[in-house]
Amino acid sequence: MDNIAGQKSSLTWVVHISVFLLVALWLFPTVGLFVSSFRTTDQIVTGGWWKSLFPSEQNLTIRANSPESQVEIDGLYVIQGNLFDNDQDYEVLVWGTSSRAIDAYTPDQTAELSKGGTITVTQGGQYRLENTEPFSGSRGQRIFVTAITPPEFTLNNYKTVLFTGAASESMGSAFINTLTVTIPATIIPILVAAFAAYALAWMDFPGRALLIAFVVGLLVVPLQLALIPLLKLHLAIGIGKGYLGVWMAHTGFGLPLAIYLLRNYMVGLPKDIIENARVDGATDFQIFVKLILPLSFPALASFAIFQFLWTWNDLLVAKVFLIDATGQTTVMTNRIVEMLGTRGGNWEILATAAFVSISVPLVVFFALQKYLVRGLLAGSVK
Amino acid sequence: MNPALLGIFTIAIGVVGCVGYFYLSNIFLDKVLFPARGPKAGRNINIANQIRPWLFLFPAFFALTLYLAYPVFETLRLSLTDRLPGNRYEFVGLDNYAQMFGESKFWESMRNNMLWLLVVPAASTGFGLLVAQLTDRIKWGNIAKSLIFMPMAISLVGAAVIWKLVYDTRPIEQDQIGVLNALYVFFGGDTPVTWLTLPFWNNFFLMAVLIWIQTGFAMVILSAALRGIPEETIEAAILDGAGPFQVFFKIKVPQIMNTIVVVWTTITIAVLKVFDIVFAMTNGQWETQVLANYMFDKLFRANDWGMGSAAAMIIMLLVTPILVWNVRNARKEML
Repeated sequence: MDNIAGQKSSLTWVVHISVFLLVALWLFPTVGLFVSSFRTTDQIVTGGWWKSLFPSEQNLTIRANSPESQVEIDGLYVIQGNLFDNDQDYEVLVWGTSSRAIDAYTPDQTAELSKGGTITVTQGGQYRLENTEPFSGSRGQRIFVTAITPPEFTLNNYKTVLFTGAASESMGSAFINTLTVTIPATIIPILVAAFAAYALAWMDFPGRALLIAFVVGLLVVPLQLALIPLLKLHLAIGIGKGYLGVWMAHTGFGLPLAIYLLRNYMVGLPKDIIENARVDGATDFQIFVKLILPLSFPALASFAIFQFLWTWNDLLVAKVFLIDATGQTTVMTNRIVEMLGTRGGNWEILATAAFVSISVPLVVFFALQKYLVRGLLAGSVK
Repeated sequence: MNPALLGIFTIAIGVVGCVGYFYLSNIFLDKVLFPARGPKAGRNINIANQIRPWLFLFPAFFALTLYLAYPVFETLRLSLTDRLPGNRYEFVGLDNYAQMFGESKFWESMRNNMLWLLVVPAASTGFGLLVAQLTDRIKWGNIAKSLIFMPMAISLVGAAVIWKLVYDTRPIEQDQIGVLNALYVFFGGDTPVTWLTLPFWNNFFLMAVLIWIQTGFAMVILSAALRGIPEETIEAAILDGAGPFQVFFKIKVPQIMNTIVVVWTTITIAVLKVFDIVFAMTNGQWETQVLANYMFDKLFRANDWGMGSAAAMIIMLLVTPILVWNVRNARKEML
């Protein structure tokens, strides 16, 4: 143990602090996006998201109630109200009535209005306009305030992005499309690979070692090489661009890892069980379905998670094999890239869209991390 | 048909088709082709058992050959041809390669890919090892690891958005909303920098994204390797008076060297294929082009299949040493 030599105490704190800093560094970018997705456009562009967690000083332009709401009290015409919708924890620092002097007055001072009358603003945001003549015009007086505002978050971005936004930017349909790509592309390769993995692990035939080497080699073949030939093939046999093509492509690209992972796992299953079953007269098919599949559940789960994350997060395969000129079948990753191009500055939309697409893999990740780790270990250490 | 419905339909066909294929082909083999009865029952069983593995293997290996092995050769062939109107191809020898080598954008991609290859695997493995070692013996180590592992689940596109916010630039009069510029201005920078358009250095800002993702992967594997080190070797070293750094570098690291190499090569392959990050963040502008994005450009923007294939072959060439090494290791293990 490290602490035998008594060096532990001096280093423990350093270790705790460095791990904490590393974790903070790794989390910071994601949290930034997450927080930004709950802020309004104005909030995002006026200050860093890290400030939004605390009360902050903001310059606001607010209109007082319109002259229609004036009342006559003892011969004075009065308009009053509060600058802030909900009166919690706002604090007016300075204010003004002209955009050229937004810090002309302190709270509780009274200002003369250019059109006649006076205005008073209190620290809490209460304002009162008084005039001996009736106020005229249809719009309320503009008031410029610099105030400490409490943190404020909104769900509106999610509403816009998922349901009400322009069709070309809706993540709702892209979400469904992504799901449509992902589920068959996860399930089908598992089955195909499981049979092959069983044969490679437990059946004797000439050329077995060669086939395993073949799979190991294909593990690293970059899928970039497959793009043109397969697109050509798909166009030639009439599949064209569409779901069928993308399912088949994902299946093909996922198979090497699937076979490799599953074979490595199946080889490790106890030999006795399988041989006993053989002696008892079970066929290979029965052994596979009744013994191997249930016993291999952890490996199947590992691969399923890999394949799910990979197909959900994929951009390239979808771009090449799925998305046609109509754009009806676009997936979320592609939509986000399009938004980066056209609305690079609209952080509230971008952040929310990105978070919608990230949320599902994150849930899967935290729920099934055990299998993911197991799969990683089986896939690369051996 | 509604795509969701089509999806369910496909799952059903896929699953039923797969199971049906295996089940029926086995029955066909055992009952019809080589039935285990009659005068030649023994011989028939033997033949059936020799054929059966190929029944199990056929769908998977058919797909593998069609979707991965054949394209390698087809891409090689396409890289030696030019596409003519009317679906005809003309053999042009090495012209596509010659043309590609004459493009400065190609050499820029090569240079950047080499930079990525040098920096990303080293940094990810280094950070991964650091985190694995530090979290090894603290109580909340598993939570820390889980949080550092998390970016693995995030798509490269999502990561690109996340990091674009980090690198965001606002005019100096405004508050900075990107944390990097906020820090830069806070510590006395005069004007906010548009990090992603800063030639040469912007490559490193893109690499940071992949390092951020791959560190978790390296950490998980190295952490398991560290746990696998026999305690006695460490205890012996400590009794002999080794300090914590000596224990780490002289005892632990040498024992997990194999795993470090595996992690390094795995990340190297991920780096060679890096596409989404560059595509989404800079699209290769401002001297950040990489091979995979260069190839995508040639294929789908310039519509030049010959040069696109040539670029793909360069990626394949760079992967080949790792491919050979992996295959040799796998074969060694099986003997």
